[in-house]
Amino acid sequence: MSGMVEKRGLGTWLTHIGLILGIAIICFPIYMAFVASTVTQSEIAQPPMPLLPGPHFIDNYTAALTQGINAPVMTMLVNSMVMALGITIGKISISLISAYAIVYFKFPFRMAFFWMIFLTLMLPVEVRIVPTYEVVAGFGMLNSYSGLILPLIASATATFLFRQFFLTVPDELVEAARVDGAGPVRFFIDILLPMSRTNIAALFVILFIYGWNQYLWPLLITTEPEMNTIVMGIKQMFPSGDDIANWPVIMATTLMAMLPPVAVVVLMQRLFVKGLVESEK
Amino acid sequence: MADITFNAIRKSYGRTEVIHGIDAEIADGEFIVIVGPSGCGKSTLLRMVAGLETITSGEVHIGDRVVNALEPRERDIAMVFQNYALYPHMSVFDNMAYGLKIANVPKPEIAERVAEAARMLELEPYLERKPRQLSGGQRQRVAMGRAIVRKPAVFLFDEPLSNLDAKLRVQMRLEIKALQRKLGVTALYVTHDQVEAMTLADRMIVMNAGVCEQIGAPLDVYADPATLFVAGFIGSPPMNVISHDIRPGHGALAPGAVIGVRPEHIDLVEPGTGLIDFDVGFCEPLGAETLVHGVTAAGDKLVVRIDGETRPPADGVKTGLSIDPSKIMMFDPSGHRTSA
Repeated sequence: MSGMVEKRGLGTWLTHIGLILGIAIICFPIYMAFVASTVTQSEIAQPPMPLLPGPHFIDNYTAALTQGINAPVMTMLVNSMVMALGITIGKISISLISAYAIVYFKFPFRMAFFWMIFLTLMLPVEVRIVPTYEVVAGFGMLNSYSGLILPLIASATATFLFRQFFLTVPDELVEAARVDGAGPVRFFIDILLPMSRTNIAALFVILFIYGWNQYLWPLLITTEPEMNTIVMGIKQMFPSGDDIANWPVIMATTLMAMLPPVAVVVLMQRLFVKGLVESEK
Repeated sequence: MADITFNAIRKSYGRTEVIHGIDAEIADGEFIVIVGPSGCGKSTLLRMVAGLETITSGEVHIGDRVVNALEPRERDIAMVFQNYALYPHMSVFDNMAYGLKIANVPKPEIAERVAEAARMLELEPYLERKPRQLSGGQRQRVAMGRAIVRKPAVFLFDEPLSNLDAKLRVQMRLEIKALQRKLGVTALYVTHDQVEAMTLADRMIVMNAGVCEQIGAPLDVYADPATLFVAGFIGSPPMNVISHDIRPGHGALAPGAVIGVRPEHIDLVEPGTGLIDFDVGFCEPLGAETLVHGVTAAGDKLVVRIDGETRPPADGVKTGLSIDPSKIMMFDPSGHRTSA
């Protein structure tokens, strides 16, 4: 221990100062947004902008949650949550099942199907957005949760990840399960799923943020304010023309939009690290 | 409990046949070891009994049923795998109980059977642990416990000890043998280790290149090998193979035919007084015995086993060899034993 203390020279101080400065630079805009969400519209509009939080925290956040500008932020938060969870759970379930099929079952054109799934990596939402819109509109799914979720569910990345993981599961385990009398479904549920839980946790974090941050697709297919998601809703809050932007409410909305992904990262990271520590050989 | 019959079993992968027709009858409660070098098809044979490989032709009977078309779980077998194949996310208890749970055995009975197996295998303190918290020997015990709780008609062991260190291997070998005796269950045990085969087997099946070379009790197979392969494979060091006839009053051997003599059936004598002279190359003192390596005057390399308390000859010394003629075995060019 003493050795570690002795090593604390000027270099350590400089690195720490550098790091603290970096963090300050990254955090400052977020702090400014927080300050802006606790003062009144006129205080923001009138330079210089205040640097210390004002007394209107509760007013502004209540206004945002219950009224918002186009739609109450509460509604948009719920919409975003439904979409993000739908995409995450959908993607994980579908990739688990398709990876299971590709790794453990022999069927004609197995590799062809695998490569077809893999090729969809080249077709993200933005590329196929026009035909996808056409299809979703044709099914009457505009302004609906299914319209928001279904087109984003297919995931080559997650399928590939689970495939790679399943390939590392020893064959003997499958055989032991067969001798124990476990059929394909039981093996999947009792053995493969619990063994994949670290992978599932990691994917959950990544995919939840992916789903939460969707912007273009919800912007395209939700025309009614009640179906807006929060990430696109923020943009919709900006006034068109000469109207005055209600900055305190917009900033409150922005901060609230950040909270769920942060919560997921913080909470799931614990699970994720726990899973890693308990990793199986 | 059940007897097992192999009826002309063959196995092909595509057009390559790897097992060329095996016939055997295994009595109820017998401990059978299938032994052979790697790639001889012994594991494939076991996996066909387990139902993990399809049987290309022929029939496997377990008890009075032909099991060719049955799923592993319908065959009333339990298998212990080389790398244990324990479910990593389940506790020791759950690992042992899993098969019973699937078979819808009532919970109190599961608990009772697992407790009994755990007591037998001295696993009671570890029931709540995960497999990764156990040592290799303990994992091996859990794998055996998983087999025991199912009360199968047949135990199948696929090289269960090869991942353990030498000392533990000897200990587990004894435990497996004792356990099988106690339970009286028919056991099929695959190994490439001839010591394991000799010590465990009631009878052993010696396999080579997809063919069964000999079936018999270990000592019978050792004393009376049917082929040159068996003579070389069973016994350590292997039987000496001599390509010159050293017996007095015999001419040259038929082309390709050889003589086999076990190292312990040769004695070192004064030069010129034995059947043939022998140049000692070097000695391996092992304590209880000493292995003397060298070359005969006719050019055959031999190993002689002498008592460990006898002073070993110095390297390079010339001696003679005396061999009991009744211990000499003759093999024809195809490797089969002949009487002459």
